[in-house]
Amino acid sequence: MSGPSTFVPKSALGRWFESRLPIMGLIHGSFVAYPTPRNLNYWWAFGAILSFMLVAQIITGIVLTMHYTPQVDLAFSSVETIMRDVNWGWFLRYAHSNGASMFFVAVYVHMFRGLYYGSYKAPREVLWILGVIIYLLMMATGFLGYTLPWGQMSFWGATVITNFFSAIPLVGEAVTTWLWGGYSVGNPTLNRFFALHYLLPFMIAGVVVLHVWALHVVGQNNPAGVEVKNVDRDTVPFTPYATIKDSFAVVCFLILYAWFVFYVPNYLGHADNYIEANPLSTPAHIVPEWYYLPFYAILRAIPSKLGGVTAMFGSIAILAFLPWLDTSRVRSAAFRPMYRVFFWAFVLCCLGLGYLGAQPAEGGYIIAARLLTTFYFGFFIIILPLLGIFETPKPVPATIADAVLAKNGGVAAQPAE
Amino acid sequence: MIRLNEDKDMISFKSISLAVAISAAAFSYAQSSAFAQEEGHGATPHMEKWSFSGMLGTYDRAQLQRGFRVYREVCSACHSLSRLRFGNLADEGGPGFSEGQVKALAAEYQIKDFNDKGEAIERPGFPSDNFPKIFANDDAAAAVHGKAPPDLSLIAKARSYSRGFPFFLLDMLPGFAYQEHGPDYIHALLNGYTKPDDPKWNLYFPGNQIAMPKPLSDDQVEYTDGSPKTVEQYSRDVAAFLMWAAEPKLEERKRTGLNALIFLFIFAGLLYFTKKKIWADAH
Repeated sequence: MSGPSTFVPKSALGRWFESRLPIMGLIHGSFVAYPTPRNLNYWWAFGAILSFMLVAQIITGIVLTMHYTPQVDLAFSSVETIMRDVNWGWFLRYAHSNGASMFFVAVYVHMFRGLYYGSYKAPREVLWILGVIIYLLMMATGFLGYTLPWGQMSFWGATVITNFFSAIPLVGEAVTTWLWGGYSVGNPTLNRFFALHYLLPFMIAGVVVLHVWALHVVGQNNPAGVEVKNVDRDTVPFTPYATIKDSFAVVCFLILYAWFVFYVPNYLGHADNYIEANPLSTPAHIVPEWYYLPFYAILRAIPSKLGGVTAMFGSIAILAFLPWLDTSRVRSAAFRPMYRVFFWAFVLCCLGLGYLGAQPAEGGYIIAARLLTTFYFGFFIIILPLLGIFETPKPVPATIADAVLAKNGGVAAQPAE
Repeated sequence: MIRLNEDKDMISFKSISLAVAISAAAFSYAQSSAFAQEEGHGATPHMEKWSFSGMLGTYDRAQLQRGFRVYREVCSACHSLSRLRFGNLADEGGPGFSEGQVKALAAEYQIKDFNDKGEAIERPGFPSDNFPKIFANDDAAAAVHGKAPPDLSLIAKARSYSRGFPFFLLDMLPGFAYQEHGPDYIHALLNGYTKPDDPKWNLYFPGNQIAMPKPLSDDQVEYTDGSPKTVEQYSRDVAAFLMWAAEPKLEERKRTGLNALIFLFIFAGLLYFTKKKIWADAH
């Protein structure tokens, strides 16, 4: 969709520079002239929100690094020093820890939006898979970061998660020892987790560049799920239209973020993480951060360790195959009455798994987790392939302009739904 | 929101209600079996009223001063408070002791240090000193008490209790926001010695057997401001004091938050109308 840039700088110096490094043209083509479908709703603002969160996390994180000590005897105290003695330290730390949660809130909305509107379908498969890679990197980064304060949940969470690797047949124990840098989670583990926690966000930023690049090649999907046919009728330029809309959405999201940082900063955390790590005392319930809970529930739903770990990683890996599992020719759930029902059932299933992940793995919780795990995989492996065959989609509008007209009845109105 | 209004197919409603019914059944089964195993947990603490809850919450200076008195005269026999400095007691947003009071208080403690010749000495404390540790390490504390009494600097954030589904979801919402699990638990625990013949039985402690025998009794600590000298009042005051010890920047945080939210709401409003104007011709 985005062809060669037609951007011509106004000043002579700008033209001199542009003919040597056309970076202004690249920015102009990507964020000013870039045509965006005119029917996008606010669910499409989460890309901008996620970009904001990535930058916010990197900035707060780098400043926190200046005060943090990655050493088992000092890490917990250094975090407390940040909270008590560093100017605005409490803000930086709460903004960073809640920022991780907000990052995941936004990414989950972003992913479910893609799922609802079929944004993974051709020609956007690579775009989608790059997104799955970003999500995996985010999970790794979040987990590594949660280890750093060296509280009880940090330590025991790290112990449980790294133990996954011991499920690998034959070499599992050796791999785990290698990861730990010793025979249990200890100082070498904390050191390397810190190094990796600093590294991965920049890898995320790199894949985000690819993600945006791929997006700008194939163009954005839209609520109608039909491709842009006429750039003049179907799209509006990114600036000012998307820029102002995304800015408004980002500030609304900031209100939510600020609420958590300033008024319920410990809601999403766990009280045990205010107890310094103690390898000799295991907490009654080891619970990961909320954003991993659905996968934690899947892990514990399977009675064998290797099976559980496989199912857990499989539940994420399966997302990468989504473009080929969904056989429907229609993209948007707006025109797929049956898919829409299963989509919401799938959302409920994920929320249910999240709840179960926080409960002890016993009795009825296990049974419920097994039912929901079955549905989780069934949704991808059975429901999606079959729906394409059995579902009769509703008529799809011919163009984006038609979809906008049909919705507004020719009257100007809010583009948001 | 995503449109559901076109959804008139009966099959959709049936499937949704089926899905909801299955999930509901799964949950109620899960919950009922969980309650059966709830006996190992302590009783649920009562939600108290705290001056520092809510968006405009601030600590009650007099209460923090009373709470410190309780800590100092009772708790500090076994529990350290080592992440705090004496000087913190005079910090903004804290108990509001004067510099002079803090200096005098610090001087009552003996702090381990080294003199100019590098010899180990004990000297009177300064406001910049941390509250001293009571034992050299946890093993030494356990040797005396059976179990090492935890440091109290963070205890109000390190203790919590589960409110269960769906109440835990309400705890994060404006208007319902509830962050005082810790002080409520501490208050409940100190009032939870309900079996007079068993000083280590506690209604609110998980498993009901607590290593700390009943620490407070009526008239134990002298109050000069006329507050009731009861276990109920002592426990309330010391819980508030410990919340401040764990979260000394709470007032600054809530004040900043209010400014931030006001700014964000105005900013969002301006952006909304700008957006409306820009998009006016796009349809």
